[in-house]
Amino acid sequence: MVERSKYAVGSLLTIADVPVEQVSAILGETSRLERMPHTERARMLAGRRIALLFYESSTRTRTSFELAAKSLGATTTLVSDKSSSIEKGESLKDTGLTLKALGAECIILRHPASGAPFLLARTTGLPVLNAGDGMHEHPSQALLDLRTILTRLGRDASRVDAASLHGVTVVITGDILHSRVARSNALLLPRLGAKVLLCGPAALLPEDALALGAGVEIVRDFDEALRRAQVVMMLRIQKERVVGLEIDLADYIERYQLSAERLAASAPQALVMHPGPMIRGLEIAGEVADGPNSAIEDQVRHGLAVRSALLARALGADGFESVTV
Amino acid sequence: MSYILILGGRVVDPVSGVDAERDVLLRDGRVAAVEAPGALEGVQVAERIDAAGCVVAPGLVDVHVHLREPGQTYKESIRTGTAAAAAGGFTTVVAMPNTVPVNDSVAGLEWMLDAARGSLVKLLAMPAATVGSMGAVLTDFAALHAAGAVGFTDDGKPVLEDAMMRSALVAAARLGVPVSQHAEDTRLTGGCSMNAGPLAFRLGLRGMTVEAEARIVERDIRLLREIERAEGLRAHLHVQHVSTARAMAAIRAAKADGLHVTCEVAPHHFALTDEAIGDYDTNAKMNPPLRAEADRRAMVAGLMDGTVDCIATDHAPHALFEKEQEFERAPNGITGLETALGLALRVLHQGEGMPLSRVVQLMSAAPAGIIALQGRGTLGVGSFADVVVFDAAAEWRFDAKTTRSKSRNTPFDGAAMLGRVKATICEGRIVYRGYKAMA
Repeated sequence: MVERSKYAVGSLLTIADVPVEQVSAILGETSRLERMPHTERARMLAGRRIALLFYESSTRTRTSFELAAKSLGATTTLVSDKSSSIEKGESLKDTGLTLKALGAECIILRHPASGAPFLLARTTGLPVLNAGDGMHEHPSQALLDLRTILTRLGRDASRVDAASLHGVTVVITGDILHSRVARSNALLLPRLGAKVLLCGPAALLPEDALALGAGVEIVRDFDEALRRAQVVMMLRIQKERVVGLEIDLADYIERYQLSAERLAASAPQALVMHPGPMIRGLEIAGEVADGPNSAIEDQVRHGLAVRSALLARALGADGFESVTV
Repeated sequence: MSYILILGGRVVDPVSGVDAERDVLLRDGRVAAVEAPGALEGVQVAERIDAAGCVVAPGLVDVHVHLREPGQTYKESIRTGTAAAAAGGFTTVVAMPNTVPVNDSVAGLEWMLDAARGSLVKLLAMPAATVGSMGAVLTDFAALHAAGAVGFTDDGKPVLEDAMMRSALVAAARLGVPVSQHAEDTRLTGGCSMNAGPLAFRLGLRGMTVEAEARIVERDIRLLREIERAEGLRAHLHVQHVSTARAMAAIRAAKADGLHVTCEVAPHHFALTDEAIGDYDTNAKMNPPLRAEADRRAMVAGLMDGTVDCIATDHAPHALFEKEQEFERAPNGITGLETALGLALRVLHQGEGMPLSRVVQLMSAAPAGIIALQGRGTLGVGSFADVVVFDAAAEWRFDAKTTRSKSRNTPFDGAAMLGRVKATICEGRIVYRGYKAMA
């Protein structure tokens, strides 16, 4: 769908633009980097410059991208909207061009406006990694979620094809409307054979969500969805993006919270995931987050690994292209 | 004074019912004669235009353009905007009032219409319906009308309050001019940057619903009925840039009921859908937004069945730095004066089988009629010598770099066009010469 020539090779703007063979190559590189001795890994991007440009707060994504870059030997610089000339009104284009002039070879962008990474990639010509743009996408999250699922389900996490998640049903529950994580996962997982069930109240999950494509279904009843699921992904209600929506929290918790009782009753074996930040006691009960089904900390670890591979890919580091499926 | 003879063209003048090969003589800014080929051969003229193989039609009329002067001349000026108009075959344009300051006073209107602004075509204006387009206090309709206002509008800032819109319709009706309404219930569209629907969900952008447009159109139609009942006045509502099937249906029903409702459709709304946004192309961002295919089809249907009165461009130039922003931050609007005819002929004439004369009517006589222009929109003898000569068969691609406008914000850069302007003549002056050197 995206005209590739407009964007530098190695960019990751939308997961929809990454064919399954590329997904497989990224996962292969992830495994390769993970096995690689520290000293060798630290030479991969030695002397290369990577900029992290964050217009929104972030803990996991920012830290894991930064640590990933450093583990490959790259120099990183963090620019955030709160402590830069962005506060003085500098445009995204000019900020990007400034970073480029300072030697950045790749920009990792988090931005509250959907589509901002496309603009940055077009105006700078640099590879841009989308670290979350508005309500649009969070493609690296989908990749790390995929690796988490594959690993925890005991499947090959180093290479994938259209059948890798055959027979796996993933239910994504909560504030789908405002969730870039939901969009990226719903655009990725069905292409590997998974069924994705979206679950939530109409105010947070409009029927338009079916536009995410084949393999995506809306199931309003959480318990019904859970009974079909091998994986359950919980989402936070995004207060910062909810404009004028009246959500009765008590009612929401009653219907959609992943409580220990609900999990035990409907999906005792299911893998429990959450992209974070989570609000314990709202969308997820604390004991479920900490319980044996939880893969939440695995997700964070896989985030570091997958993002290393994405950076190597963005900078065309040796070895990446040799990984074949 | 000046004589121009246009030879060998196919004259298409819906008003006088002519669609035949004719020679046209222009003299002293007026149409002097329209005669069978050869009949005017002996006349001594300053300039002869060889129109063989071309259509000779009344100069096009656009009732909806933004020329950005005063106040935003980095986007456009009256001079550059009307140069773009001339290049697109337009000889009359109606400037919207959302300049800086808003055109809401006689002094402002007179300044805008002053010859010193350097307009290349006939420049008219619709001043604001309310002071500062703030929706609180009506402007002085009578004084503005006397100074040349051809209608009133708060374009871009719809008149939301029932009582205010009602007062505007009544005041305009007493002067015999329309209130032109940008139909958008802005209480429903806060933070929205495209059409609501599956694509908006996919792109993670907040969407403007069909309802936000239709509600205002339906409300305004209700006001027309109330005014007719209560005051015996036949008020004229002109609905700008209709974009939804539901609003079109409301207008069709109101017309069937005999109410004085007219409407325009912009070329982008019959040529494109929201799919044109692609990867967040801000040149496909305007208000009302590009809609779904069913809505686009409804615009075509309305144009074909006569519900739509005219085509208007909503030419809305913006500087590159403004459009080169995050999609949600970029301003609404696209340029349109140089692509309107090429799109109308390609989509409506070639694509949908609309007769050429009907396309010409929708872009000349019909919009002239909406603002009750005398002597324009026709090539009848004695009318203004406003003429467009175009090669109706020419297939070409629009190149935004060649625009006469100061701005290039168009989704039609590189798009296929049918029909190319060879000459535009306004009141007997050649204001645009086309791509070929002319005899």
